[in-house]
Amino acid sequence: MSFQEIKGTLPAGSYYFSGNEAVAEGAIAAGCRYYAGYPITPSSEIMERIAVRFKEVGGVFMQMEDELASICSVIGAVWAGAKAMTATSGPGFSLMQEAIGYAAITETPLVVVDIQRAGPGTGQATRVGSGDYMQAKWGSHGDYQVIALSPWSVQEMYEHSIEAFNLAEQYRVPVFVMGEEAVAHLRERLEVQATVRVFNRVKKHGTPPFGTDSMDGVPPMPAFGEGERLLVTGSTHDEFGIRKTDDPRAHARLVERINNKILANRGKIANTESWYLDGAEVVVVAYGFTARSALFAVELLRKTGKRAGLLRLKTIWPFPEEAIRDVGRSARKVLVPEMNRGQILGEVMKYARCEVSGLNQTNGEIIHPQRIVREVEAVL
Amino acid sequence: MARDLEKYLRPEIKSTPFCPGCGHGILMNLILRAIDELGESMDKMLFVSGIGCAGWIPSPHFNADTLHTLHGRAIAFATGAKMFNPALNVMVISGDGDLASIGGNHLIHAARRDTDLTVICANNMIYGMTGGQTASTTPLGSLSATSPGGNIYRPFDLCQLVLGAGGSYVARYSVTQPLSLVEAIKKALKLNGFSFIEVLSPCPTQFGRRNQYDSPTEMIALLLERCISKEEAEHLSEEDLRGKIITGEFTGARD
Repeated sequence: MSFQEIKGTLPAGSYYFSGNEAVAEGAIAAGCRYYAGYPITPSSEIMERIAVRFKEVGGVFMQMEDELASICSVIGAVWAGAKAMTATSGPGFSLMQEAIGYAAITETPLVVVDIQRAGPGTGQATRVGSGDYMQAKWGSHGDYQVIALSPWSVQEMYEHSIEAFNLAEQYRVPVFVMGEEAVAHLRERLEVQATVRVFNRVKKHGTPPFGTDSMDGVPPMPAFGEGERLLVTGSTHDEFGIRKTDDPRAHARLVERINNKILANRGKIANTESWYLDGAEVVVVAYGFTARSALFAVELLRKTGKRAGLLRLKTIWPFPEEAIRDVGRSARKVLVPEMNRGQILGEVMKYARCEVSGLNQTNGEIIHPQRIVREVEAVL
Repeated sequence: MARDLEKYLRPEIKSTPFCPGCGHGILMNLILRAIDELGESMDKMLFVSGIGCAGWIPSPHFNADTLHTLHGRAIAFATGAKMFNPALNVMVISGDGDLASIGGNHLIHAARRDTDLTVICANNMIYGMTGGQTASTTPLGSLSATSPGGNIYRPFDLCQLVLGAGGSYVARYSVTQPLSLVEAIKKALKLNGFSFIEVLSPCPTQFGRRNQYDSPTEMIALLLERCISKEEAEHLSEEDLRGKIITGEFTGARD
């Protein structure tokens, strides 16, 4: 494998960072050296920090004319050999969807940080929401897979940023860091290690860049300028990149592989964290910033002898089906608190064979732990 | 001589998808001729194209790195590749609808930044691939699938647009002016900055048949008649200039 332990880009130690600063630092540590973006609240501090830090570490920063240009230039830079990213919020993420589909079909590794705000539309630009999870999965047309991570702390904004690049490079797929306004603007302690484990792009001279023998493989990825005479197209193509716009076999083969390469590795990619699940009668399934309220609530409940637990989803896509199945087998009831109208509730219901209900809030504010406590107490 | 340029084509690609009488085949030839005369290495060339007939000029024909992108976004993709790896010699080849309509914002911003790209806009004055709808370059009064009573809007003057936005080298020629066009492409490739060449390319299938040009040769004859040089235009009255297309090199920001 192409994992490598490299020296970090920040001196090891403790920092007092915002989530947006941390996610930018994580990207730089992972080797990101091309960034293109367009200002949007509440994500703009990411591009501001990158603009300053790239001057120190030697990266290319581009402020583009819109989000369409931002993500398209990222794709161009990736094929020129870069690890590259952009960051945005809901309205910009909507604009990027066509190019995300292009990245999926061309198997272009890239990272998008989506700092979610209260939508739809312009909504409340400075307020928090978790309304972009279904868009992250289904935003572009056609069948494809992405990877979406859901950080709950400044520490995880840093770590997920590194992991996002590693996953993108390993699977040649777009990876999203689905931050929320609350964690983006939160300041808390960040611990930075001296070294970082990074995955570097697999290159193999002369091998087909868009096909493998297996139906769930990830082909090596050369760059422009290496003499490979690459044919990259967003149209259906064969393993060499030749356009195949009316061959049913070629289309099915490509679509199935770009889906299977993620789904077959779901067990390796999907990540969860368990708190107080032993003997838990009611399990709260939460992600992102809401998981902080959920943990606070579960600890309050445990102190009064209530058998509550928390399953925290660190990965949303591919969905951690197995962990949900397990919880559904052991718990009597599952509660899913979300800062949306139940986007992940439906997914949990698909796999948990027990009573599942949602706790939904769409007022642009974080969910108070006492709301979760009351909801759990009502059924225990 | 005729087969000199074959070495720049992918050996496995045996034909082009262009309609009989399309000007894009001539343009393909002239681009390769310019590259050949300059002695540019195809190893360092990157051809970026958008969606539409002209997007197929380099992809898959040219035996170099090619990036066939989304509709309208070719210049944005090209910007990322060029900014990250300046050693790449990046040429964008696409159509008028792709570059100037859906992609117009990227065109003017790349010109403003003076990004080191060579942009070739094959202007057939219509949406060819989708069946002949009105473009932002369709002449006033011309018929199209979506202008059955004749186009009621003025077309863009693409060269003035790019000049106004700050492009360093701006030229316009028709495929009926091959020698001038090859020289212009060579200048654009050598220039360190944003260069833009508008190439008038006839579309007999979609534009011609709707506008009473019975054959491709009639369209070629029309271009020969309409295209005059900048110098010739200086001596003509406004009346005589009506319907003419002024070709040549236009003053760039660096002149």
